[in-house]
Amino acid sequence: MENATPPVLDIRNLRVEYPLANGTLLVAVNDVDLTIQPGEIHALVGESGAGKTTVGNALMGLLQAPGRIASGSITIDGKPIDIRTGRTAGIVPGRDVGAIFQDPMTSLNPLFTVESQLCEGMLTHLKIGRREARARALELMKAVSIPEPERRLGSYPHQLSGGQRQRVVIATALACGPRLIVADEPTTALDVSVQAQILKLIRDLADERRVGVLLVTHNMGVVAEIADRVTIMQNGCLVESGLARDVLTAPKAPYARTLIAAVPPIDTRLERLPIPSEATRATLDAREAVRAKNTNTVAGRNGEAALTVRDLCVEYGQSSFMPGRKTSVFKAVKNVSFEVRRGEIFGLVGESGCGKTTVANTIAGLVKQSSGTIDFQGTSLAARREKSVRQSLQMVFQDPYSALNPRLRINAAIAEPILFYRLASNSAEARLDAETLLEAVGLPIEAGARFAHAFSGGQRQRIAIARSLGPRPSLLICDEPTSALDVSVQAQILNLLKDLRDLAGLSMLFISHDLAVIRQMCDRVAVMKAGEIVELADTETLFSAPAHDYTSELLRLAPSLDRILSREGRKATV
Amino acid sequence: MTSRVFHRIQLPPVSVMIAGIVLVVILLLAIFTPLIAPIDPRNVSSYSLVDMEIPPVFMDGGDPRFLLGTDNQGRDLVSVILFGLRISILIGVGAVLLAASIGVALGSIAGYFGGIIDTVVMRVADVLVSFPTILVALLVSGIARAQLGPETVSTWAPVILILAIAVNEWVQYARTVRGSSMVEISRDYVRAAKVIGLPSGRIILRHILPNVMSSVMVIATLNLAGAILTEATLSFLGAGMPATYPSLGTLIRIGNEFLFSGLWWIAVMPAAVLVVLVLAVNVVGDYLRDRFNPKLMTN
Repeated sequence: MENATPPVLDIRNLRVEYPLANGTLLVAVNDVDLTIQPGEIHALVGESGAGKTTVGNALMGLLQAPGRIASGSITIDGKPIDIRTGRTAGIVPGRDVGAIFQDPMTSLNPLFTVESQLCEGMLTHLKIGRREARARALELMKAVSIPEPERRLGSYPHQLSGGQRQRVVIATALACGPRLIVADEPTTALDVSVQAQILKLIRDLADERRVGVLLVTHNMGVVAEIADRVTIMQNGCLVESGLARDVLTAPKAPYARTLIAAVPPIDTRLERLPIPSEATRATLDAREAVRAKNTNTVAGRNGEAALTVRDLCVEYGQSSFMPGRKTSVFKAVKNVSFEVRRGEIFGLVGESGCGKTTVANTIAGLVKQSSGTIDFQGTSLAARREKSVRQSLQMVFQDPYSALNPRLRINAAIAEPILFYRLASNSAEARLDAETLLEAVGLPIEAGARFAHAFSGGQRQRIAIARSLGPRPSLLICDEPTSALDVSVQAQILNLLKDLRDLAGLSMLFISHDLAVIRQMCDRVAVMKAGEIVELADTETLFSAPAHDYTSELLRLAPSLDRILSREGRKATV
Repeated sequence: MTSRVFHRIQLPPVSVMIAGIVLVVILLLAIFTPLIAPIDPRNVSSYSLVDMEIPPVFMDGGDPRFLLGTDNQGRDLVSVILFGLRISILIGVGAVLLAASIGVALGSIAGYFGGIIDTVVMRVADVLVSFPTILVALLVSGIARAQLGPETVSTWAPVILILAIAVNEWVQYARTVRGSSMVEISRDYVRAAKVIGLPSGRIILRHILPNVMSSVMVIATLNLAGAILTEATLSFLGAGMPATYPSLGTLIRIGNEFLFSGLWWIAVMPAAVLVVLVLAVNVVGDYLRDRFNPKLMTN
């Protein structure tokens, strides 16, 4: 019977165009073929701008004007879509195609209960009564394994956790019994433990209900975890397509090989992540110049502590109307102690809300500690800091898109701290320093004359790193420096940070939620959970023999390319 | 459908273009008044009582020397209106600049430092906006009159009016700038500037203010119309510019006394100019607001 049913999705030669203001065309998707059988999960991967989300939007009729399907055909469940209107007779988005979006915070309406959002689609599409819709909603809540489904039906989205919300979104997508679900980065906004549950849920639903799933993602671990087939896209074109196992283990196309090689492995440590273009001569010279000037740091590792944090506590409290009294105190960081040695990269890993960023912000002086001490190069850090202390302690932020002032030219942004700390005698000299730093992070010096918006995320993060190196710091705090970036760009940034550590003798506090990245970068790691450090060890020890249950749990749940590929007896694919 | 986003016409609508042109013409007239105006209303020797109450040229008894007629003192209405326009715009722009400076300074400081500074500034602002602008302005100019004496007041009238209007108007700027500053402060580039170790003043001036000024510009344009109207109201009520140095509001007040004796043009001509001016400013201001409103912007 299975073989008799038509594919739930059949895309042939799809081409999507956006006419631009200057009269040219932007081809977002070019000549893409894609087929999904019932019960099959087909992953569509690629870096940002590859056109993978556009494919999903095209088949749901969600293309933003003036984008249009220029040619090709889309057939859903045997019924062709009219490419001019994006509609088909008999196929209704929401009934026959369900959608799961990236951010469960914004894909539910905060003003309606879970029940009304679940029933809304059924009442519109299925011509059933309110009572029947409610009964079905309850069934759906059970199907997506939400605890206390009856009570949760009456809840509002803000009363649910992120994982529960994403389950509700999945239930909504399933409500009208679709043949096909488009899941666009369904777990990107979730922690690893929740991600593992949601992925399992999607896999189970595909198996039990014979629903086809188009899984749009940039995460190769996720693909390895649940996808049957995978299609890799680059610049709107299809690069490689096939069984997930084949493509991931033996990619044929050069781009597919680069992309898969750039994924940091969690099971082994590499000296450098493989990237196609390595540093040029100019870059190396510039790095040497940066190192020569940076007399602030002691080259090499001598085991001395650069930063010592002892019994650090940070509390957030809402002040009550009575002055001097605090109500509802939240302890974000509880008795955290660790030290970062000279020339070492010290990792801080944990799920969202575990307090790792608060620790970074406290050390950087952006948040006040409630108790505990932070010793940095022999001085105790308080809220008010000596100029020399502020100078030697710099930070790289998570989001490269907001880390640069949109109204400043890049040269001015990098030169600002150099001038402020009088590391250059005049602005012309500071400008030269800024250009050297730009070269050291692998950008052309011409980049300095432009504004931040002219650069991609990876380039902006390089600029932010260049800016943080300007004051010649001895300790660099990196707060999730690559989590907003594509995997190949991530590899470049990680290599860059490693090089800078080796060359300039920087000590680093490296914060990430990504265990694979931590493994590649750090010498020692502390695992945080609910504001506390649960385990602190050498990276190799931690990954090979985790002492704490929570650490082994995190390691087990992290989607990993290698581990899954090496696992035998994987479920036969369709 | 296909051309809506990318092919969006960059030129503003025709109404805005016309308003913009009118505004530019009015501004040019105001700037070059001393060169254009046939007489100087402040110079008694440049006009004569003989010419009093002549109607505009297009009416019976009109005199080609006086395009819009003359007032009760024989002054050419074109000249009086041009000088009045100059004063009105001067006070309007002055009040807006003063209010914006106070508001931007207090708003960014309140937003950046938060805490007790924020509370004090914003509560003072709340109290101030509880009084109608006109009432506060009347109070200020009344107090000035009582304290300084009529001589000083008539010399310093424009300055007093600017102060009287700005006293209440800065609140809007402060609120907007405070809100936008708080948004910008949470962005990483401001946090980066803090970690770099830059002093607060420098962060506010160099990093925050340039990023909040577009909304200030929009409020300033919209407030300009309000400030001109407030000045006109005050002058109409007799608390503004003296008759010897009239603004548009003063002219309307003077004309009002003759309105029912058939000399309608003395009031209606300056009133028409005031309406055109305020309308033009408002149309341009509305357009700018829509243009810079982040909620309406499609990137």
